[in-house]
Amino acid sequence: MLLARVAGTVVSTSKEPRIEGIKLLLLEKVDPSTMEGKKDWVVAMDGVGAGPGELVMYVSGSSSRMTAVTEGRPSDAAVIAIVDAVDMGGRAVYRKDAADSASQDAS
Amino acid sequence: MILARVAGTVVASARADGVRGPSFLLVQPCSAEGRPKGDMLVALDAMGVGIGETVLVSQGPSARQASVSDKKPIDALVCAVVDLVEEHGAVVFRK
Repeated sequence: MLLARVAGTVVSTSKEPRIEGIKLLLLEKVDPSTMEGKKDWVVAMDGVGAGPGELVMYVSGSSSRMTAVTEGRPSDAAVIAIVDAVDMGGRAVYRKDAADSASQDAS
Repeated sequence: MILARVAGTVVASARADGVRGPSFLLVQPCSAEGRPKGDMLVALDAMGVGIGETVLVSQGPSARQASVSDKKPIDALVCAVVDLVEEHGAVVFRK
């Protein structure tokens, strides 16, 4: 699994019937050592109801079809968790609470 | 499998993986000598591993071939703790 930030959504009207009703998220991969975006993007099906700006974890390949949302669908990337906290070497590098309040302050 | 060093932990309460119990680890792929290489990834911890340990990470569909990850949306699994690595007859890593 990789860490990524929800950058936006992808909308498509003309699509394979088995993709209908599924939210597609535009993700920017994140470097865990800096928590900065890597300018590397992927579109993933949403299995958890993630929103813009949230740090998430996504799974790639055939394993991405193992969620309730993506089972039997042509998925090769699925968001499986909204991240609350990341610690590295005993140091907190990300806290969802802090990130949420920071984004509220900014807006 | 790849060799990796456990760099940290990832906590998530909103999870769609259906896995109960085991936590996620942030792992840094490394050479046998422990030199970091490539990008960090998140792997499910099937072992109860500590920070700083050198482990084997199984990736792709193979990561689902453990009892904790069977039929779950998991594409990376910590499946072993490495005690020793020998390369061309010389020990290059010892726990």
